[in-house]
Amino acid sequence: MFRSVSELIQITEDQNIPISEVMIQQEIEESSKTREEIFTEMERNLDIMEKAVEDGLKGVKSRSGLTGGDAVLINKYREEKQPLSGDLLLDVVSKAVSTNEVNAAMGTICATPTAGSAGCVPGVLFGLKDRLNPTREEMVRFLFTAGAFGQVIANNASISGAAGGCQAEVGSAAGMASAAAVEMAGGTPEQSAQAMAITLKNMLGLVCDPVAGLVEVPCVKRNAMGSSQAIVSADLALAGVTSRIPCDEVIGAMYQIGQKMSSTLKETAEGGLAATPTGKALAAKIFGSAAE
Amino acid sequence: MKYRSVFDIIGPVMIGPSSSHTAGAARIGKMARQLFGRQPEWAKIYLYGSFAKTYKGHGTDVAIIGGLLNYDTFDERIKDAFRQAEEAGMKVEFIEEEGSSDHPNTARIKIGDKDGDFELVGISIGGGKAEITELNGFELRLSGGSPAILVMHNDRYGAIASVTKVLAEHEINIGHMEVVRKEQGKDAMMVIETDQVIPDDVMNQLGTCDHILQVVTIAD
Repeated sequence: MFRSVSELIQITEDQNIPISEVMIQQEIEESSKTREEIFTEMERNLDIMEKAVEDGLKGVKSRSGLTGGDAVLINKYREEKQPLSGDLLLDVVSKAVSTNEVNAAMGTICATPTAGSAGCVPGVLFGLKDRLNPTREEMVRFLFTAGAFGQVIANNASISGAAGGCQAEVGSAAGMASAAAVEMAGGTPEQSAQAMAITLKNMLGLVCDPVAGLVEVPCVKRNAMGSSQAIVSADLALAGVTSRIPCDEVIGAMYQIGQKMSSTLKETAEGGLAATPTGKALAAKIFGSAAE
Repeated sequence: MKYRSVFDIIGPVMIGPSSSHTAGAARIGKMARQLFGRQPEWAKIYLYGSFAKTYKGHGTDVAIIGGLLNYDTFDERIKDAFRQAEEAGMKVEFIEEEGSSDHPNTARIKIGDKDGDFELVGISIGGGKAEITELNGFELRLSGGSPAILVMHNDRYGAIASVTKVLAEHEINIGHMEVVRKEQGKDAMMVIETDQVIPDDVMNQLGTCDHILQVVTIAD
């Protein structure tokens, strides 16, 4: 079992197989399920993600009223105007936002790696679909590659906002998505690791400070930014740009920063945006109506 | 290595918005429903800590009702659970408790019908995982992560042996087991987590063992 990104890359080089294949083979070994069973299970997750993206683009609203409808706005703007950041990037962003709006509105999502960070991976995957024209199998493989990097983070740092802040949730999700995007675009495993390192470096220190403790503000927009960073990092890595700090050391730094982060900034809704005057006023309004 | 499966990272499939406040809450409700063994006609749900403070925003209420209607964490009907409960003939009441509990995300669920009632305490420990910490007044720890059998029995010698003998005959391996009792010589309960789902015929056979009052099972 690979314990680090460097071990993961070493296996791909020794056996001349992609990252997704390493993850699939490990899952077969660990679960004693067949390749077909594992593929079917992951394809079901892919179907769930696709439906969430579609549902959100039709327009949803959360129970609290804090989030919903932004994916529709972004998509409309993308279709009618010339987005400054480009069509592909805004397509990715609208699909990431769509997923998290569906999550906030109690729709069905696939946690990747958590519910609050569920937008980055499908946003990048479905946003790249028209550009790269992947087969269904390649799309399923995207998820195994993302999962391989997520597993290294989960075992060496954290994927929980309560334990490591938002860097551990959206940071991990964005890093996973960028690494998988590289593989789908035809990059090398080493370039996947570079993309992951570049993304995660830029997410270090991000706190988890949800208004009213709800998975809405700022979580939905953090997925928008996370997914766009994933695309930019993937491009940097594919261009041959490398991280001066190796991927495993970036993960180590993320863990250390999470340990030092105050608990008021780790999913307790006691600090950061949650503690702003508006954040507190929104919380009072939501819980006030909840107490009726 | 805490995380060994790719599906811990890409998964679970769930109704949003929170793995702890929604998916975990649904699992507590479903465990209650499975342990009761049939559709309850009424449910009183006492919420503590963060559950009590944020349950409406997180849909903890509909998630628990959905669980009581035997829905999975990914069942879309969870959103519509109040109406579904009405259609199923289940009266539901939520009580926000002021007092503190050992765990911030705690729910006490009392359910019943004309033939009996049942009470449990569940906690949602994060990432969609839930545990039962109390059942009909017995303190225990049940994760629901693997199939489990709960056996109410008289606190007599031989009761445990008679149950484990049946499991051994059917080559069912026990992963974890605990025995709790309220008072010596009175009612007691065995909690047995197994590696396999328990077939109906084995359940029936367990019900006929010496000193056994009732046997229920939950599968993941």
